[in-house]
Amino acid sequence: MFDKLALYLQYPFVRYALIVGVLIALCSSLLGVTLVLKRFSFIGDGLSHVAFGAMAIAAVLKVTNDMFLILPITIISAVLLLRTGQNAKIKGDAAIAMISVGALAFGYLIMNLFPISSNVSGDVCTTLFGSTSILTLSKNEVWLCVVLSVLVVIIFILFYNKIFAVTFDEDFAQATGTKANAYNLMIAVIIAVIIVLAMNLVGSLLISALVIFPALSAMRLFNSFKSVTICSAVLSVICALSGILISILAGTPVGSTIVAVDVVAFGLCYAAGIIKGRKK
Amino acid sequence: MALLTVQDLSLGYDGHTIVEGLNFTVNAGDYLCIIGENGSGKTTLMKTLLGLKEAIKGQIEIGDGLKRNEIGYLPQQTIVQKDFPASVREIVLSGCQSRCGLRPFYSKEEKKLAEDNMKRMGIEALAKRCYRDLSGGQQQRVLLARALCATRKILLLDEPVSGLDPKVTAEMYSLIANLNKEGIAIIMISHDIAAAVRYASHILHIGTSVFYGTRDAYLESEVGMFFMKQQEGGEA
Ligand SMILES: Nc1ncnc2c1ncn2[C@@H]1O[C@H](COP(=O)(O)OP(=O)(O)OP(=O)(O)O)[C@@H](O)[C@H]1O
Ligand SMILES: [Mg+2]
Repeated sequence: MFDKLALYLQYPFVRYALIVGVLIALCSSLLGVTLVLKRFSFIGDGLSHVAFGAMAIAAVLKVTNDMFLILPITIISAVLLLRTGQNAKIKGDAAIAMISVGALAFGYLIMNLFPISSNVSGDVCTTLFGSTSILTLSKNEVWLCVVLSVLVVIIFILFYNKIFAVTFDEDFAQATGTKANAYNLMIAVIIAVIIVLAMNLVGSLLISALVIFPALSAMRLFNSFKSVTICSAVLSVICALSGILISILAGTPVGSTIVAVDVVAFGLCYAAGIIKGRKK
Repeated sequence: MALLTVQDLSLGYDGHTIVEGLNFTVNAGDYLCIIGENGSGKTTLMKTLLGLKEAIKGQIEIGDGLKRNEIGYLPQQTIVQKDFPASVREIVLSGCQSRCGLRPFYSKEEKKLAEDNMKRMGIEALAKRCYRDLSGGQQQRVLLARALCATRKILLLDEPVSGLDPKVTAEMYSLIANLNKEGIAIIMISHDIAAAVRYASHILHIGTSVFYGTRDAYLESEVGMFFMKQQEGGEA
């Protein structure tokens, strides 16, 4: 088995996949805690559908680097969704459901009307479940992923304390002079970037899993924001790494393998949490 | 000049007025209790004072060298906080956030301030515990310690004793009274008129009729006498 692994690791595209996979897993887990706690997880879900629609448009327009189209569209939608979520008059969840299902439908429609290849359902499947796209990244895409993920990690570390304050108690933060709205906006933009990144790894339907599972697992085990954040980052990286390796060795689709590993990890953490709780 | 001067203030949501014609001032060292029935607009008033929502009409002036980021606030609790994985120290320290500006990390002095305020509230032993596992009384102390990190001058408390048992309530009141003696102005929302009358220097009663004045004036006023009598009747 290790021989086989060593053989595969000689291929640059496998190494790229590992590097990019680990980085994406790392940054998608960082904001997971915030997302879950702020009840923002539905925004993540909605955005991933928007990103799917954007990807369909990019494919039809034959944009050379589709990230440059998907990223701005997703960021703008993130900002819009955040606005409607805060507006008491329009029901936040309804608006998100509308946008996300609408984007999904239009994306599929566009892909069918202007097929880019003969195998439409195959293309759709690829964008939804990621299939092998992580293994087919070009060097430019790898660099873009690396730069964006490093940027996300740096911003997260620099604004860690502010993100905590705004996540824990937005009213208090705002009342004592922290610009909560600006930071909410920042969080939304980062979420959008993460979703576009993660789409390469697991496809748009499975992104929420990548963002939320490590956070939920870590929350079973730890009691402080810092330890939960660190634990979920570590968990996420381990799961992504083992998921990619398993998928290479067993020939399974990358995205769903990673998410399956995440689910198993959550099960283990859940059990560990119960045992830990009993001991107390 | 007063810390806070409110002139002809009208409050409400979406243009719909709930309370109007509020006039009052808060000076350094004052202890103002805001009382009124459920839904009379007390929380709304506090949020407007804090700048969390716009007033419909009127002015709120901040003076006496008080800055926006020097106000401490103890909110009526929200649901999101209940299952939040955060240690007591992290939460208290987050009260220092307003001092940071754009600086990303807390300084030594701010960490020291957080420790001092935990001691002041008698929760230093809980520093590493998870907030969600604490009792209601302990949680209130944590949030009070956080509010103290944000201010040396004025504290706004929204029903700090709701859901606490009589013993812990009494402790909480005496903690707050001590803070007031140390020179911090207090604005507190309360349903407990007896305690309000006992501790406060000034009283603002909002409802169908608005009253603002010193504690003694309140006791002699019509609203005050009516409510005091009602509460005695309720307890008898
Ligand atoms: N976000 C909101 N949008 C519209 N109306 C609101 C909103 N929040 C509160 N209200 C209304 O404003 C009025 C005053 O509410 P507020 O929360 O200020 O009362 P309160 O005096 O704090 O009551 P309590 O003693 O129960 O805390 C209520 O009639 C309430 O229905
Ligand atoms: Mg209230």
